[in-house]
Amino acid sequence: MPRIGVFVCQCGNNIAATVDTKKVAEEMKKLPGVVFTCDYKFMCSSPGQDMLKQAIKDNKLDGIIVSACSPHMHEKTFRKAAEAAGLNPYQCEVTNIREQCSWVHHDKTKAVGTVKSIDLTRMTIERLKKNKPLKKIKIPIKKRALVIGGGIAGIQAALDIAEGGREVILVEKEPSIGGNMARLSETFPTMDCSQCILTPKMVEAELNENITLLTYSEVEKVDGYIGNFTVQIRRKSKFVDEERCTGCGECMEKCPFKTESGFELGLTKRKIIYTPFPQSVPNVPVIDAPNCPKIQKDKCGACAIVCGPKCIDFKMEDKIVTEEVGAIVVATGYQLMPNERFGEYGYGRIKDVISGMQFERLASSSGPTGGEIRRPSDGKVPKNVVFIQCVGSRDEKKGVSYCSKVCCMYTAKHTMLYKHKVHDGQSFVFYMDIRSGGKRYEEFVRKAIEHDDAMYLRGRVSRVYERDGKVMVQGADTLSGSQVEIEADMVVLATAIVSREGADTLAQKLGIGYDKYKFYNEYHPKLRPVETVTAGIFLAGTCMGPMDIPESVAQGSAAAAKALSLFSADEMAREPITSVVNKATCNACWDCLTACPYSAIERESVKDRQGNIVKWLARVNEGVCQGCGVCVAACRSKSIDLRGYTDEQVFAAINSF
Amino acid sequence: MKIPYYPGCTLNTFAKSFDESARSSALEIGFEMAELKQWNCCGATFPLTPDNLIALSAPAKVLSNAGKEGDTLTTLCSVCYNVLKRTNKVMRDNREKRSTINGFIEEEYDGAVNVLHFLEVLRDKIGFDKVKAAVKRPLTGIKTGAYYGCMLLRPFEDMGIDNAERPTVFENLLKALGAEPVEFPNRIECCGAHLAMNNEEVVTKLSGNVMTSAVGSGAELIVTSCPLCQYNLEKSQDKVASRTPGYTGVPVIYFTQALGLALGQPIETLGFEKNVTDVMPLLKKKGIV
Repeated sequence: MPRIGVFVCQCGNNIAATVDTKKVAEEMKKLPGVVFTCDYKFMCSSPGQDMLKQAIKDNKLDGIIVSACSPHMHEKTFRKAAEAAGLNPYQCEVTNIREQCSWVHHDKTKAVGTVKSIDLTRMTIERLKKNKPLKKIKIPIKKRALVIGGGIAGIQAALDIAEGGREVILVEKEPSIGGNMARLSETFPTMDCSQCILTPKMVEAELNENITLLTYSEVEKVDGYIGNFTVQIRRKSKFVDEERCTGCGECMEKCPFKTESGFELGLTKRKIIYTPFPQSVPNVPVIDAPNCPKIQKDKCGACAIVCGPKCIDFKMEDKIVTEEVGAIVVATGYQLMPNERFGEYGYGRIKDVISGMQFERLASSSGPTGGEIRRPSDGKVPKNVVFIQCVGSRDEKKGVSYCSKVCCMYTAKHTMLYKHKVHDGQSFVFYMDIRSGGKRYEEFVRKAIEHDDAMYLRGRVSRVYERDGKVMVQGADTLSGSQVEIEADMVVLATAIVSREGADTLAQKLGIGYDKYKFYNEYHPKLRPVETVTAGIFLAGTCMGPMDIPESVAQGSAAAAKALSLFSADEMAREPITSVVNKATCNACWDCLTACPYSAIERESVKDRQGNIVKWLARVNEGVCQGCGVCVAACRSKSIDLRGYTDEQVFAAINSF
Repeated sequence: MKIPYYPGCTLNTFAKSFDESARSSALEIGFEMAELKQWNCCGATFPLTPDNLIALSAPAKVLSNAGKEGDTLTTLCSVCYNVLKRTNKVMRDNREKRSTINGFIEEEYDGAVNVLHFLEVLRDKIGFDKVKAAVKRPLTGIKTGAYYGCMLLRPFEDMGIDNAERPTVFENLLKALGAEPVEFPNRIECCGAHLAMNNEEVVTKLSGNVMTSAVGSGAELIVTSCPLCQYNLEKSQDKVASRTPGYTGVPVIYFTQALGLALGQPIETLGFEKNVTDVMPLLKKKGIV
């Protein structure tokens, strides 16, 4: 006969207001196998826990029930207390009589709440009787990390993990790390030059012994689980031997062909053999194969002729490398919504309508105009510039419903940069609201308005069109209630930040969740902001949603800290709530394999003495299994059970009702 | 082929030339616009408040009548098209409103009719290439600004005839007729619409913007698809001319008049004499007539 103890918590008045806890305790005492019951004001308090431990010892209890709040709250607390008193922690179960009972019933006579609490507790008792002691699962940890994305968030994460003494593989799909931040001219609210603060970090990442940079590379496949990931990375062919290239730049000099520069967002051209920008890390050019006449038609080859160390190889092919890591940090960043979607603003049709990112390049000293603000159509210095905010953001009909968060700030910055460079110029900003939450952000916007004469107009622009070489902007000023028409020389659109193309494909490879905008989901938006539901995979930066540089950097560091704390032990303990296959009855239909959202089911072969495969079986990888129970429901032959939630336990609970 | 046709009040009275040129052009191309046996006013405005169901009863009645004669309904006036198409969507998609409106008009209409603008019929059912083949008097050399106005295209998700910001349907038709379409900035802006009743100044300004923008882009002729646009543009000519240096006016005609002209119909049947602006000097200059 089991020896069960039942502890009913009053939770101050939270439970006791609608549940007669004393009555519940008394009723439970009458059940077979229950040898001790009591009720108490706060079971989770120190005296409460002590009482629990004492009762286990005094009554030689082999299982306990705490009827209190949701197990999400204090299951851990009570299991720890039970363990301290010598009990297997999984012999302690929590009945939720607060969230699912006392809080939802308002009967002050306590009749309803008490009856329901008695039922719920009795069910848990019957369940507990079928419990088996469980042991935590130990998993070995490989102490190296993979960081996907070499923007500022990824660089920060890689640097922090490397500083912590662990190896990092930093994968970047472009020829250089640096990401979007490398494009920016100055950064708000301090106005320091973006490249000046970024490039030291890029160089540091290149020089750090613990960091392996894999640029021009993409993650192909991810297998395994926390502590034990196997990642295949495609190293796209650069057609340049990285080891031997000295970065002299002679090849780029001599290449006779040009195409539109992706880094400069079409504002200028680049060579076919190129580095995206002068401070690229690594400083190794790549050949843009689809545009290279040598590779396509075997004509030219000028770069190979001038290359001193002879490191150009037109026959080079993609390589797949396999890396084993214990943790993955995803920092794949963002892109801007295509402006062409907004026909009313004329982007793509009117040359002098540009995006905010293009303005960054115009203002950047390393940009196509050397930092002079000159409009794309004729290179003239624009005297009137209109900035349109919320292009696509907060626009459920044509864009996205969320706020892109950084546009208010960078538009204010643009007006300042513009005024500092064109003293007699006038900027106009059409805005919906000014959202400048952040340290010294509001002051920054006020400065743009008060010191740099930015004319802020609250309202939307209805149309942008060309007239006599001017860009005409029609809009509403809702504060004065009038329509305005501005003869502008250039228009800058603050386009919405959206998730990167292919974000969903990568998420599927990694087995992490994403929202309807394909931004990656954090485990908990407040309390676990850089973790994903897949253990061992962490997030940093704008792959989760719009954010500014300080936030991205903070998240990079936070993700690194998570990885480092994972690496602090040789193995990690996991909850034993995983599913288990009954090998005797499994008929290998693989329904569980298709149903499992975590790819935790593997195929296992059974061999005879001669080594011939005689049977296939499903096997659960305990390192990956999250204990969701989907496979249990999917299994037709009832060959899978979930530890801690076995059919036997569940039916015992139901039958006692 | 017969397509059930809803003329609407204005085309039955002030905009007779719009109606007649469309019907005769259709016959020329090879289909008949068969006027609904029974029809009433569409209400002329789609209500802006979502619970103003009474305003939907008139167009619902029209649609219900159309449903008894076929599965499509074509119309010409942009406003009628707008009101009918949007009402039809309510009748099709909103069960609750449908049942209330049906109860009131004593019909059982479920939104099955496909409401098409005459332009859509030409583009999708006939094809502009067939229209082109039927052209006997190409409008060669006439730089024509197609004025869409607002009701034909917006709201985009309800109307769906074309891209609301960069439409092409009108221009493509003009190309088929041999004319040279001119894209001008204000071609999808409002003409001032009903403000003609109580605030003529606004109409003069907005219609003036449309016309000066068209002329500024090189247009010699403007075609419209809405009797109210036609009225506002034509009526504002003198005032705009008096306050805009260098502007001497531009002829404005219905697109169906241009269509009839290109299809080789006798000039006198096209109703040009009912227009305020005179298109004849332009046609003579271009050698069309």
